[in-house]
Amino acid sequence: MEPAVKTTCPYCGVGCGIRARRGSEGAVEIAGDPDHPANRGRLCSKGTTLGETLGLNGRLLHPRWRTERVSWDRALDIAASGIGRVIREHGPDAVAFYVSGQLLTEDYYVANKLIKGFLGTANIDTNSRLCMASSVAGHRRAFGADTVPGCYADLEAADLIVLVGSNTAWCHPILFDRIRRAKAAHPERRLVVIDPRRTPTADAGDLHLALAAGSDTLLFAGLLGYLSANGCTDYRFVTTHTRDADAAIAAAPSLKTVAEGCGLDLAQLQRFYDWFAATDRVMTLYSQGINQSSSGTDKVSAIINCHLLTGRIGKPGSGPFSLTGQPNAMGGREVGGLANQLAAHMEIDDPRHRDRVRRFWQAPALAERAGLKAVDLFGAIEDGGIRAVWIMSTNPVVSMPEADRVRRALERCPLVIVSDCIADTDTTRVADLLLPALAWGEKDGTVTNSERLISRQRAFLDPPGEARADWWIVTQMARRLGFADAFPYETPAEIFREHAQLSGFENDGSRDFDIAALAALDREGYDALGPVQWPAPRERPAGTPRLFGDGGFFTADRRARFIAVAWRPPRHAPSADFPLVLNTGRLRDQWHTMTRSGRSPSLAAHEPEPFVTVHPADAEAFSLEEGALAEIVSSHGSAVLRVRHSSEQAPGHVFAPMHWGTTHASDARIGAVVNAAPDPISGQPELKHTPVRLLPHRLRWQAFLATRRRVDPAALSGTSFALAVANGAWRYEIAGIETPPSWADWAQRIFPEPRRNADWLSYEDRGAGIFRFARLVGDRLDACLFVAPQHPAVRRDWLVSLFALGSIAPQRLALLSGQPGPGASDKGKLVCVCATLGSRVIEEAIAREHLDTVDAVGAATGAGVNCGSCRPEIALLLRRNRELPAA
Amino acid sequence: MRRKLVVVGNGMAGMRVVEELLRLAPDLYDITVFSGEPYGNYNRILLSPLLAGEARVDDILLQDDEWYRAHRITLFKGKPAVAIDRALREVRAADGTTARYDRLVLATGSLPIIPPIPGAHLEGVIGFRDIGDVRRMLAAARRYEYAVVIGGGLLGLEAAHGLMRRGMTVRVVQLMPTLMEQQLDADAGGLLRRSLEARGLSFIMPAETVEICGNERVTDVRLRDGREIPADLVVVAVGIRPNIALARAVGLHCRRGIVVDSTMLSFDPSIYAVGECAESHGRTYGLVAPLYEQAKVCANHLAGWGCARYPGSLAAASLKVTGVELFSAGNVAGSEDSESIVLHDPSRGVYRKLILRDNRLAGAVLYGDTADSAWYARLMRDRADVSEFRDRLMFGPLSPEASAPRAVA
Repeated sequence: MEPAVKTTCPYCGVGCGIRARRGSEGAVEIAGDPDHPANRGRLCSKGTTLGETLGLNGRLLHPRWRTERVSWDRALDIAASGIGRVIREHGPDAVAFYVSGQLLTEDYYVANKLIKGFLGTANIDTNSRLCMASSVAGHRRAFGADTVPGCYADLEAADLIVLVGSNTAWCHPILFDRIRRAKAAHPERRLVVIDPRRTPTADAGDLHLALAAGSDTLLFAGLLGYLSANGCTDYRFVTTHTRDADAAIAAAPSLKTVAEGCGLDLAQLQRFYDWFAATDRVMTLYSQGINQSSSGTDKVSAIINCHLLTGRIGKPGSGPFSLTGQPNAMGGREVGGLANQLAAHMEIDDPRHRDRVRRFWQAPALAERAGLKAVDLFGAIEDGGIRAVWIMSTNPVVSMPEADRVRRALERCPLVIVSDCIADTDTTRVADLLLPALAWGEKDGTVTNSERLISRQRAFLDPPGEARADWWIVTQMARRLGFADAFPYETPAEIFREHAQLSGFENDGSRDFDIAALAALDREGYDALGPVQWPAPRERPAGTPRLFGDGGFFTADRRARFIAVAWRPPRHAPSADFPLVLNTGRLRDQWHTMTRSGRSPSLAAHEPEPFVTVHPADAEAFSLEEGALAEIVSSHGSAVLRVRHSSEQAPGHVFAPMHWGTTHASDARIGAVVNAAPDPISGQPELKHTPVRLLPHRLRWQAFLATRRRVDPAALSGTSFALAVANGAWRYEIAGIETPPSWADWAQRIFPEPRRNADWLSYEDRGAGIFRFARLVGDRLDACLFVAPQHPAVRRDWLVSLFALGSIAPQRLALLSGQPGPGASDKGKLVCVCATLGSRVIEEAIAREHLDTVDAVGAATGAGVNCGSCRPEIALLLRRNRELPAA
Repeated sequence: MRRKLVVVGNGMAGMRVVEELLRLAPDLYDITVFSGEPYGNYNRILLSPLLAGEARVDDILLQDDEWYRAHRITLFKGKPAVAIDRALREVRAADGTTARYDRLVLATGSLPIIPPIPGAHLEGVIGFRDIGDVRRMLAAARRYEYAVVIGGGLLGLEAAHGLMRRGMTVRVVQLMPTLMEQQLDADAGGLLRRSLEARGLSFIMPAETVEICGNERVTDVRLRDGREIPADLVVVAVGIRPNIALARAVGLHCRRGIVVDSTMLSFDPSIYAVGECAESHGRTYGLVAPLYEQAKVCANHLAGWGCARYPGSLAAASLKVTGVELFSAGNVAGSEDSESIVLHDPSRGVYRKLILRDNRLAGAVLYGDTADSAWYARLMRDRADVSEFRDRLMFGPLSPEASAPRAVA
């Protein structure tokens, strides 16, 4: 057994520390790092199951030019000559990079340096544009810099926590766990959740404000007026450290206007305002519900205004706090990886900043103006203005709004370079040149989490195949383009050092991002670097937990700015053609476009199929039956999703998870449906508000398929399908209009790899349109298929569990019933990933031991005691049990 | 004074009537039984195990002489009834023995159908109906090698299996393309054939026997295609027909069998008919379960209770060949307005077909796994609506959702 390597989780912006240990036979043990300040040893379901995602299946391991495998030399030559030619013929603005919050800071730094400093264009944008660009813009216009004022420890110090536009319980589970524990220890502390949906997070709150979608600005602008009117102004702070408060207060709407505009009950609204007014230690945490909006920047400003007015900022337990989505969204911001930034939190529009960076980099061709933000960038590719694009570590064909346009644009683009660690994504499918990158566990560098904490990500696996670090790829490209002198890097440590030096270069406290204390780090120091919270200027090497508690903003006059915001509705209102509003978001156990999390059987078990949640009243009005498939259509595109009724959804609004691309479902790429409608300041698209209509998807048949190996997608052509990995199997939901002439023949055709000596079992009820087939090799289940006119009523989790068994002989007859026979164990749907406990096991324990609280369930079964992200679901099981009629 | 009951036929049906009657009204009648065979009543169902050497004669006797004595039943063994005087209400046997009756039960059973082919009279050509036939087969098995069984139905297969177990080389000549075509569909018939072949039987099918050849004793069987199959013993098992010669001779209304109403009463108010010779609701039966149901109804009326009705039976059959699990019930052929559900696990030799009509189970074929046969039989008898659990019907009663069909009290 090798010693554990300390690293950080590659999923969300919480940035949990992990200890990874490589065991015998390639297995990797993953555990939370008890010394890491973000998580203190805890991990959520996604982090816990990272070991399941490390296999080399599906990895991109060699460079590929169109269909042919090529050497690195040739691949880099092709890329460099292609980019060079485009610049010669069409100018530098015809080149773009589209990068990612998954990149490490070092990778990000060299990519940004190459394009802005040496290619001479700022056409580099990142998927962080989809994530927190509005926060960046809000921070910059209030604080003069993109600064998160507080830190995670504030969660434990706050008496009131306001979560707005954030399903924290699912999307930042470890932070939610910290909130929950603090609240459990101090029951008088309050949690307010503001979200149009009744999410699992909302379920845990003392107060849930189900405000009208997109009305957040109104709510917080009203709060500002209320605070001002009720004597909550911190005059010393406001007069000493801020500007323009009066204009903002004057713009505040009345309580009545707010209640009407937000669709809230006046008493509820009053209660929230009162709590906020009365609590000194108050934190407002926000995420994509705020950011992903055509008025996202104003929403952020409205929130920050309230904290500035009350002086509740940068003090223990108080402040506005942006929860970032990605592991290194912050790192990307620090290096200037957005089109409208320069580097090290310097402004591209500021000639002094440009001059400084030009001198530091010795980059005469430094870009002079901001580049195109993501939506416009892909628009320019579509228009032919951009003729070469390099996409790193991200999957815009799934994640961008109006994603069909994005795909069309890339299909048209003369040169599409994609560096990624996964071979088959929707984006690699449209690439000309594929460059194999290192994955988590192989790469080495730093990331920054939501609280400005820089942590090392360290390698504990050997680089597979010909995969290379992203910084290495960029460096090689830069050298081929003639910039060898500026890109001498042989290790990430050198890059980090340069990045740190730049942050301190002619800084003297004028810029927030200063990590000059780390600028002299040698290789050993870099390798040993523990978590440190920036700013860490030379005189404060231990870092800085909080900023602005006593002013010191980064505007020219060191005063923060109030912004007078006026509420405006989401860009596109529902209409007769598109009467419903689509909201999108994450699920508990998936991540982005599933290229990593989609490889974990434990994670896939939570929600194996894409769906759309519809309020029962809308379901009735639009004839959408529970469990049926619906087509969801906007003016941009369409998708096919399973209908789920839920009163958690506001009437008129539907919700669909963002994760599925065409690698895991044929028609569920919701990005194709979503409108762009970017915020005019931040350029962040309005991913959470798209007018749509839903139609029942008329199908002749549906099927559930489970098989040991993946099915050749060509065999499923003409059908709609979704697939998910399971333990020892792949599971598919399939639906179609054309009925095959023989279901038995069809089953033979789609079951992968014909097997000799296999047993075929069949069940046919022609009259009912039900056909079932199974293939066994010996007593092991190899594949099974259940066809029915509607969603086949079979116990999928039980069927999938059979693939883990050496013999299914006792269940052989029951197999084709799709239901466990007598004596079979059926654990139900996976609820607790950490303890691997299914719903049936938990329900049985609840009934047997008369458990009545989530903690009691935890004590009895071990469910929900680790990461806590399944606690809302356990609460739901408890509620359901209470609602059962007494036996 | 006790009334007089005469039973013609000492078989399973007649004696079941007597048993049931003794239970209901032990002292109501003086009972006389005419028997064509020299034995007491035996379980004809067990002739196959007897032939196969899996049972002895003693094992299959249902009632011995002592039982008849104990119940003061007069048994005329080896005295087949040949005439009935319906006016006098008197039965006469071949040897002139007579008995008067107040009530008469005809339980004359059935006879094997011997097709009109040349050579059917030869020595060594027999049916398979009684202990005598078994004895003849056993005697042949000791002396000869080759047996041909004409007919691939239930009885033919049991005979063939028994003879094979007795050491003979057995070939089954079957007219139809499927074995047990009355009870099985082609798939189940195919499974059965493969299973029996694996045990050593051979089948020639579809094939028609056109002549049984030999001088005194049979030597060959000739098929329509000209093939000649060596045969020292020919068992003809192409079917049975109700034995109604006596009834017809005395003018009782008969069609295929003696026509009875739902109390098992014939058109003569003193005469009942039960078992294979009776035709109820237009159907005759050749299996044991219906016969028992009829006997119960008949006894109920003989006892003067007069409250039982026979609604007809479900035709259910299972093949008594060791190691072959097979069950068939109801209408297995299906019809235009029926639907079928089929489960197939060929490598484990399991096949199940359920036939539904109007949301009710109308027929079932179970091959290889008959564990749930009683449940299906009950669903058919009760005419239970299965639409609620149609999806799980195939998988037996233990599946929780299907365990309590609503029609079953």
